[in-house]
Amino acid sequence: MKIHIKSGRLIDPKNGIDAQQDLYIASGRVVAVGAAPAGFSANQVIDATGLVVMPGLIDLAARLREPGYEYKATLESEMDAAVAGGVTGMACPPDTEPPLDEPGLVEMLKHRARQLNLAHLYPVGALTQELQGNELTEMTELHDAGCIAFSQADAPLTDTRVLMRAMQYAATFGYTVWLRPQDSFLARDGVAHDGEVATRLGLPSIPVCAETIALSTMLRLARVTGARLHICRISSAEGVDMVRSAKREGLPLTCDVSMNHAHLSEMDIGFFDSQCHLIPPLRGLRDRDALRAGLLDGTIDAMCSNHSPVDDDAKQLPFAEAEAGATGLELLLPLTLKWMEQAGLALSDALTRVTTQPARILGLDAGHLSVGRAADICVLDPEQYWKVEPAALKSQGKNTPFLGMELRGKVRYTLVNGQIVYKSV
Amino acid sequence: MNNPQLNKNGELQHLLSTEGLPASILFSILDRAAGFIEEAKDSEIRKVPLLQGKSVFNIFFENSTRTRTTFEIAAKRLSADVINLNIGSSSTSKGETLLDTVDNLCAMHADMFVVRHGQAGAVHLIARHVAPNIHVINAGDGRHAHPTQALLDMYTIRHYKKEFHNLRVAIVGDVLHSRVARSQIHALTTLGVPELRVIAPKTLLPAEVEKLGVHVYHDMAQGLQDVDVIMMLRLQNERMQGALLPSAQEYFKSYGLTQDKLALARPDAIVMHPGPMNRGIEIDSSVADGSHSVILPQVTYGIAVRMAVMSMLAGV
Repeated sequence: MKIHIKSGRLIDPKNGIDAQQDLYIASGRVVAVGAAPAGFSANQVIDATGLVVMPGLIDLAARLREPGYEYKATLESEMDAAVAGGVTGMACPPDTEPPLDEPGLVEMLKHRARQLNLAHLYPVGALTQELQGNELTEMTELHDAGCIAFSQADAPLTDTRVLMRAMQYAATFGYTVWLRPQDSFLARDGVAHDGEVATRLGLPSIPVCAETIALSTMLRLARVTGARLHICRISSAEGVDMVRSAKREGLPLTCDVSMNHAHLSEMDIGFFDSQCHLIPPLRGLRDRDALRAGLLDGTIDAMCSNHSPVDDDAKQLPFAEAEAGATGLELLLPLTLKWMEQAGLALSDALTRVTTQPARILGLDAGHLSVGRAADICVLDPEQYWKVEPAALKSQGKNTPFLGMELRGKVRYTLVNGQIVYKSV
Repeated sequence: MNNPQLNKNGELQHLLSTEGLPASILFSILDRAAGFIEEAKDSEIRKVPLLQGKSVFNIFFENSTRTRTTFEIAAKRLSADVINLNIGSSSTSKGETLLDTVDNLCAMHADMFVVRHGQAGAVHLIARHVAPNIHVINAGDGRHAHPTQALLDMYTIRHYKKEFHNLRVAIVGDVLHSRVARSQIHALTTLGVPELRVIAPKTLLPAEVEKLGVHVYHDMAQGLQDVDVIMMLRLQNERMQGALLPSAQEYFKSYGLTQDKLALARPDAIVMHPGPMNRGIEIDSSVADGSHSVILPQVTYGIAVRMAVMSMLAGV
């Protein structure tokens, strides 16, 4: 299959390209940029006039709910959602049922994903057995099975000695440890930021120090153990400051933020909108502004969807009882554009946070369109507005705080390994 | 953001919280309640036919004999048919969701729901869900709101103090867990009380509470200085767990209302409590039964205030 994507605005941040250039694909790879290689005869021509041709997005956190939560979503439905959102690769947290703590489960998941032949799936293995925080998992076995990092997802790891040993062990083999900082005692029973809104609504709350105290432990242990640390879903201004200082010191540290937190705050909870029941909690406006500033200055390396499909029955409950989470794969690109617009950024610059930077965090040669690279491509209509509503979403999870909003940016084609896996009608 | 309590014309559609309601609506509820009290004074017959033929469902997911009874009396005095449902956690334990339960009750042709629920926001969820001809009254949801309690407190204050704009009011106790305190704070600030204080240890105050328009005191003697109204809050026994307080005795020593502390307030200060009281924990018996106490009149006014809310919602 040979594909010629012509007349589009090619944006490839890694190679510094932002110009109208054609792209040529053969045998699943990019074979030429600009002029056609000699003797190239396309089986298919995609006319990208007025469209943006860019690397497919790489999402650092997408829960596909398999195995174990198939009533919420399946690999099929969420892979469809991914490619409809221009996402061609995604890291999947280990908090499935059972958790990804055995090589067999990881192999099965990879196998199922390969069969579907849609986006690339990068499993994040469990750091401790059953995510219980007591015993280490077989990290080298899990790594060989395809795990790209190790994490506790949102499960607590209260025993600091276990955390230290897990980081030491991971550091032995050069594996990255992904951790979301939250002290589980301080966060106990909490469902909202410990601020004005939770006070007004009478919701049990989670203070900022739940994040900063855990983060301080993690940073200290990263220094001691030499483990490469990736901080997941940072949520507070103080947390961003701590990451900024640690990076300045030269700690091998990366950090991501969820797109929901880059755009929303506790104020969006309004009158108990359970769509805004998220993990971590949406914090104050000052925190949200600090997250955006951190994303802008590179303290926060990447933005992820934190895709967590939740069914209606689990959402239509009083705020605290409603399940936390929101669908996100199909919103990551529009919300990157929205941030870009508000931050006054160039498109190619904004896109690094969802392409080259997540690829770097994952240690992958991906997120760019160099000749010879797998053709994982998104063709975007940056001017098309669309309304976020259940019927517009492929994901089985129809719940998101952005429901009812008009967003800019619609994916027209998604290619994975040079195959057109999504085309909008 | 649309206020879910008001209809398009700015009239009361549901009573979910005292927050966000204009002073005019709060005053018209108090005026209406005063009318009911006046009528009852002149007549042997306490019943009025305003809600004849209407069905009021008291749905209590959390047990409360007292509040449910006052709503029941209020509805019966308005000639409504009253159905009491103590659901507790029974239907949810059978797997029925909150909204399924509500749908079933709607199918029984309810006109009004009076709801108490353990979760903050549960009553908002119900109000958003029901058909527009059904009115919902919040009888207490989690730590969020208990608007009729706050309104009967406002009635009581107005009865004894006439005006709100010249008052110094102190709310004392477990503000963190109290839906009553939140509803009182919103009502008092809306009605124009110029100085509102909360008095509690730091463990019993929610974050950024001053943003609700209150002055924070940790010392009871300072906080009670020259106040016109003292509103005590109930302290639940379970607060001794979870490292919030060391003991009931120590709490009483620092925050219990005694005659000595009461003497710091204005000579004509009134003492209020939403009930049920813990004598010897948040309030000394001599104060609860003393000349400054208006705790029993609060209960009496509660019925008229609930009649006022129900009839106003019914549009009669």
